[in-house]
Amino acid sequence: MMASSYNAKEEDGHHSGSSTHGGPGVVKSKKPDNTAFKQQRLPAWQPILTAGTVLPAFFVIGLIFIPIGIGLFVTSNNIKEFEIDYTGGTPGNPCYDCAKNLSWNSSTPCFCTVEFKLDQPFESNVYMYYGLSNFYQNHRRYVKSRDDSQLNGDLSALKNPSKECEPYRIVDGAPIAPCGAIANSLFNDTLELYHVASNGTRNLIPLAKKGIAWWTDKHVKFRNPGGNSNLTAAFKDTSKPVNWRKPVYELDPSDSENNGFINEDFIVWMRTAALPTFRKLYRIIHKKPNTTPTLPSGNYTLNITYNYPVLTFGGRKRMILSTISWMGGKNPFLGIAYITVGSICFFLGVVLLIIHHKYDTRSNSADIPN
Amino acid sequence: MESFHWVRHRCQQLLAADRGRGWYSTANGLPNQNRLDAHGSLHRASKRRTVLARHGPHQKQHEALSKKYLRNAIRTTKYTCLTFIPKNLFQQFHRAANLYFLFLVLLNWVPVVEAFEKEITMIPLLLVLTVIGIKDGLEDYRRYLLDKKVNNNLVRVFCGTQKSYLDRCWKDVQVGDFVRLSCNEIIPADLLLLYSSDPRGVCYIETANLDGETNLKQRQVVSDLPQQGEDFTPESFHSRIECENPNNDLSRFRGYIEHSGGVRVGVHSRNLLLRSCTIRNTETVVGIVVYAGHETKAMMNNSGPRYKRSRLERRLNTDVLWCVVLLIVMCLTAAVGHGLWLKDLGDPVFQVDGETSPTLAGFYVFWTMIIVLQVLIPISLYVSIEIVKLGQVYFINNDLDLYNQEQDSRIQCRALNITEDLGQIQYLFSDKTGTLTENKMVFCRCSIYGVEYPHVENARRLEVYEAEGAERTEASGRSVSLKSSCSRKSLSCRSLSCNRSAVSLHTLTAESLEDGDGLSSHVQAKTGAFCSRMAKDVVPDPELVRKLDCLSSSAMEDSPSSLELSYIADFFLALAICNSVVVSSPGQPRHMVPETRTPLRSLEEIKLMFQRLNFSPFSTMPPSQTRGSPRSFAGRLFGRGKTASFTFPTHNDAGDGPESEPDNNQETSKLEEEKAARGEEPGQEAEQEAESDELLLYEAESPDEAALVHAARAYRCTLRGRSAQSLLVDLPGIGSLVVQLLHVFPFDSNRKRMSVVIRHPLTGQVVVYVKGADSVIMDLLETPAGGGQVEDMYNHIRQQTQRHLDSYARDGLRTLCIARKVLEEEEYEAWMKRQLVAESSIENREELLLESAQKLETDLTLLGSTGILDRLQEEVPETIHALQRAGIKVWVLTGDKQETAVNIANACKLLRPSDTLLTANCGSKEACAALLEELMDEVQHVGETSGADSSPGGGFILVINGRTLDLALQEDLKSAFLYVSCRCRAVICCRATPLQKSQVVRLIRDQLGVMTLAVGDGANDVSMIQVADVGIGISGQEGMQAVMSSDFAISRFQHLRKLLLVHGHWCCSRLTNMVLYFIYKNVMYVNLLFFYQFFCGFSGSVMINSWVLILFNLVFTSVPPLVYGVLDQDTPADTLMELPELYRAERTSKVYAPSMFWITILDSFYQSLVCFFVPYFALAGSDIGDLSFGSPVNASALFIILLQQVMESNTLTWIHVLVLVLSAVSYFGFVLVFGLFCTVCSHPTNPLGVETLQMSHPRFYAICVLTTATALLPR
Repeated sequence: MMASSYNAKEEDGHHSGSSTHGGPGVVKSKKPDNTAFKQQRLPAWQPILTAGTVLPAFFVIGLIFIPIGIGLFVTSNNIKEFEIDYTGGTPGNPCYDCAKNLSWNSSTPCFCTVEFKLDQPFESNVYMYYGLSNFYQNHRRYVKSRDDSQLNGDLSALKNPSKECEPYRIVDGAPIAPCGAIANSLFNDTLELYHVASNGTRNLIPLAKKGIAWWTDKHVKFRNPGGNSNLTAAFKDTSKPVNWRKPVYELDPSDSENNGFINEDFIVWMRTAALPTFRKLYRIIHKKPNTTPTLPSGNYTLNITYNYPVLTFGGRKRMILSTISWMGGKNPFLGIAYITVGSICFFLGVVLLIIHHKYDTRSNSADIPN
Repeated sequence: MESFHWVRHRCQQLLAADRGRGWYSTANGLPNQNRLDAHGSLHRASKRRTVLARHGPHQKQHEALSKKYLRNAIRTTKYTCLTFIPKNLFQQFHRAANLYFLFLVLLNWVPVVEAFEKEITMIPLLLVLTVIGIKDGLEDYRRYLLDKKVNNNLVRVFCGTQKSYLDRCWKDVQVGDFVRLSCNEIIPADLLLLYSSDPRGVCYIETANLDGETNLKQRQVVSDLPQQGEDFTPESFHSRIECENPNNDLSRFRGYIEHSGGVRVGVHSRNLLLRSCTIRNTETVVGIVVYAGHETKAMMNNSGPRYKRSRLERRLNTDVLWCVVLLIVMCLTAAVGHGLWLKDLGDPVFQVDGETSPTLAGFYVFWTMIIVLQVLIPISLYVSIEIVKLGQVYFINNDLDLYNQEQDSRIQCRALNITEDLGQIQYLFSDKTGTLTENKMVFCRCSIYGVEYPHVENARRLEVYEAEGAERTEASGRSVSLKSSCSRKSLSCRSLSCNRSAVSLHTLTAESLEDGDGLSSHVQAKTGAFCSRMAKDVVPDPELVRKLDCLSSSAMEDSPSSLELSYIADFFLALAICNSVVVSSPGQPRHMVPETRTPLRSLEEIKLMFQRLNFSPFSTMPPSQTRGSPRSFAGRLFGRGKTASFTFPTHNDAGDGPESEPDNNQETSKLEEEKAARGEEPGQEAEQEAESDELLLYEAESPDEAALVHAARAYRCTLRGRSAQSLLVDLPGIGSLVVQLLHVFPFDSNRKRMSVVIRHPLTGQVVVYVKGADSVIMDLLETPAGGGQVEDMYNHIRQQTQRHLDSYARDGLRTLCIARKVLEEEEYEAWMKRQLVAESSIENREELLLESAQKLETDLTLLGSTGILDRLQEEVPETIHALQRAGIKVWVLTGDKQETAVNIANACKLLRPSDTLLTANCGSKEACAALLEELMDEVQHVGETSGADSSPGGGFILVINGRTLDLALQEDLKSAFLYVSCRCRAVICCRATPLQKSQVVRLIRDQLGVMTLAVGDGANDVSMIQVADVGIGISGQEGMQAVMSSDFAISRFQHLRKLLLVHGHWCCSRLTNMVLYFIYKNVMYVNLLFFYQFFCGFSGSVMINSWVLILFNLVFTSVPPLVYGVLDQDTPADTLMELPELYRAERTSKVYAPSMFWITILDSFYQSLVCFFVPYFALAGSDIGDLSFGSPVNASALFIILLQQVMESNTLTWIHVLVLVLSAVSYFGFVLVFGLFCTVCSHPTNPLGVETLQMSHPRFYAICVLTTATALLPR
């Protein structure tokens, strides 16, 4: 056996030496495979920045960005926006008195009225926002202070809210529903808008309170415990948040689809804002079926039930009326930025083109900065 | 398969960081202790172990004893099913990175600082733990399977009840068992050899599995066994073996056998068969197991692979430290900011608890921020780097250019974590022999009796071979290819086994067992070791042949003097026997030495006559005794009537020497007899010889030995066989003779010589033949006190030989001197006594033996010298030139003579004609200091005049010899030596010992702080290889020690060029770029979170879902950098090969500079600024929610990071594109799906509906595009 295998091996060695590569199946050579991958010879594109590739890129970016920027800018400028501050921090403001005497515990609501004039009519749907400034809804402890399970209608969470809600979790032995600091600090001013007709009569403008929350929030994320049937019973044995005037099942007694946890004002509030100065959608003024503008130009009054204290931390409250476009609210930044970047690209492209042409003979790639 | 090996390596390396040794240490530690204790009670000497036959009369006692001995079953797995999780976790938590994660996890459990959900912070930790855990588990499972395979190998073990040898599994073998093994079987445990089928009680083993050496080693049956000689019967073995406790010293084994009669016989390592060695050339052996399982020397020697930290990794640590600083600064900013913000704050409705003081709140925020910004510390970078290095090693391993067709060997990367150091080498230390040269020794010239034999034909033949070498494939196809292919295969086998032994010793065993036919071919193949075709075919010098022929027929006209003839004969005899060559013939693979043939002639008669004639002329020659009539002798013995001529030598070289010695006649008569002896049956003998010659294969420990034996054979002085006590030699004109071998003193690098003591077959005298380095031998030569003529002649021979030696060295030949000494019987007896004492001493046996050998090797008679050619490897000059152009200083450290070294340096273009040679040879320290001073001046002077040290005219080459080097390496001369050597273009150290080699490397490495690479092929380079930052072993002719200790093993010196210039460059640039990119990525991403703190009152809020946040770095953007690190090529390979200067550029490039780190940080700051503030301004004041704000920010960050990768990388293949696209797709897929189905999860950053809403909004895209474009515009 020994001898025979010896001979076989010799044969192999012989052949592999004399023929080109040797039988691959017979002798297991350790020779590496000569594949493009293993020899690192894969076809590769080398993104070397040469004048030939960079210059067109600059021009293309410039040519694309500038029109986009102009489009965005125009769109943003077409949006009509009106903003009025009703904080009442300064004397002379109609809400000064309210703001001065306000506290969470005051049982009697304070009313104030702000008058304003719209110079231009607002077409199509008008969105009414309340805006808060210096309100850190994104504070870490604040953001955490909620119980999503409870808000999703989980019964056990209703009775036993998450520890995250501390210290707004249990009051007098009864679990708070909805628990947590976010819910506790729910914005509770009421705004009413009247159009003052030329004859001086005040017409209440109908404000739609539904459709202001995200569909997913309204239908998936927020659910009343035990469905929407008898909310009073469902919220039995729970306590209202300490700052609230009325329990959660009385947020909108008129509409069972908008009451309890699925109250849209509540839902909107619960989606915490990213930045300390923010606005939240309050109401929608739907477009009228005829061609008259939704909000014609003229005088308006804003009736405010002033409940929400912001002066203690230097905050401001605003009411904003705005139309929106496909790009959202009024914000010229994007348009300007696009135009700027596009222009810079174009300008750089031109400069580099000149440089390139001037020094072309010397080198055609070294003059590109990178 | 291979990839598995890497994983295995990797794993072991990971663990090696924690454990100093292999895992055996833990496994063995406890039982060892126990055994020691138990032993103490049995014997006073607790360092002993007693072994009794298992099935002998002492069965009871055996059982009592062997309870404490480990069985042969081995378990190299670290874990069992039960202990896997706790043990693995325990080991993993020894790593700092994991502890950091653990710290973060624990921190997140503190309620006041909690940033994310508790499970979120566990993800990184769990991910790392799982990945490594799975790796460990697979690895361990593989080891388990291998263990099982090894344990279940079958071996024949004597069974007491059935009185015969039965097949048993290895794991059932116990201490005290008798094991019978056949040829080519692997030894299952450490056995004491009790019986060998070889009549002389010899057994050969191959230790390739153990140390990579393929030459056969002899083992001897324990002497004075009662049953010696006849067939061994285990039942009759009643002796008791006492030996030392298990240890890991492979070469040491002491003990004794106490026979039933009370007689004690010593046993030592020559009697021990080591586990995992292979029995060769012996039909059957029987041994008794003394150590089993983990207590075998092989297992105890098995340590894990080496672990080196690359320089980049070390520098990386500083970068990471900077990251930590950055993190702390950020966290402090947030903490202070939060405190101040709280202080100015009134009593807001959004304040959850207003009681905490601003300071305390700030303190809490600090820790929260550490959790939030944890990604800044690139912990995953370490894992990524390891993966990238695996990939790089994979490609290096698969490089066709680093594949050696001839040996069928690839490059082996043994240390996997220093690939990028290959791109940073500044100093290269190279061995000469076998590294720069082929180490295929070819006997080239010789000088005997002061006469040179230039072997012109031989030289011409070599040239032919060189030409042939170019088209080697063709050459091997010819008829001679049998031998060459055979040797090639042997090499492949060796590299194979080395590969495996790198993994684990027992693995190897299992694998060799696995391929049955591989094994049998192995034994055949390996017999060809060192028998390169060139070495074998020596064309004899005609002049020498003619003279040698005079031995057989002295009828020639101008036959040389008889003294010269005796020199020549002795010279070749010495060549043939003074070595450790093992002879084997493929026809009879199992029998080492064919049965000693009785010489055909009346040898006794010849001997008798020789004794009377007194063969040796110089030592104690009583002229009167043999003055008689040699002619008549000849005439009487060989009545053929051939006339011997006694003309004085007329050879031109020897002509001027005094030849009229009184003993000419005697000599001639001896020759006469030899001639006559040959003459008896010349034809028949010649045929026989020719036939058997073809079949003889020599296995030598070093190639020059083989070359000499082959040279001797070319002159028909053939070594036919070897056993422990005797050698079988064919002599021209006489035929086969048995030479009684009295002692062998093997070669060692201190003595630089080897010697054999034989009883001369013809004269019966005790003769010492010494072969060694010329410098040593020349010092040991006798100074004849005899008559003036003799002295003159001596001096003449010496001078002539020295002159020849010098000229050999100038031609780049390796020189050896052959000398002889005839011992008087009394002298020998006296020496023998001391020798016996030395041999039997236990304490310092080695030193005594050395001393004894040195005593013997004095007053030698110079016979002649040899010049052996060692050709340069292909493309060595080109490679050296390329490396020098790449800014690498090449030093040659060699043990050779200065002339040889300089010559080789010349040949390999290290030395250019324009260079100035500075030679440093001095004897004393003062002289050395003065010399260095002088050299410094000279170097400085020229440096000043020419302006730069890289003057075009050529630099300095410092040549320094070992002695001077020793002095220069001393503390006070170090700096001067450094100064001089730094200004030299190259340094050649000759006559350097292994220790000096490593000292030089260490000096340069430590004092200059440069990256050093050492390359060598032999055992003498091991220390140097280990000291250097990168050690490269060349798997050449001299065994595997160098390879075993190296980080990379290549087969040719020329491979260095691609390895360094291309792979080193690539690996280095890839890794640095990847590291920078990784840091960039982390800083850029973390900054987004940091900037957000300015808008949330520094409260530690995040605007990104915490899952996405954690997974962003771990998953979505983790693969592209890996691909980048493995595949990127900043410059094509051929460009790098053609322009070695690029290597220097890479080394000094700014990529590696610390400033690059800060530029990267600044870049990432800019990008994150854009990435954060464009969305901020676009969305400020609107009704944007926190997560809705994070969505475009995050998406832009992803685009920026991925596109940054595209711009950074120099090559983009479909793999890059695929990975980039997959990353982006996986991110968006994840957030969309997560946003759809996560109703109440991920508090407080519930992403429900956020992404779907955002992505349906054109504003999102407008922001993303603008952000990405702006962020990347400056590039």
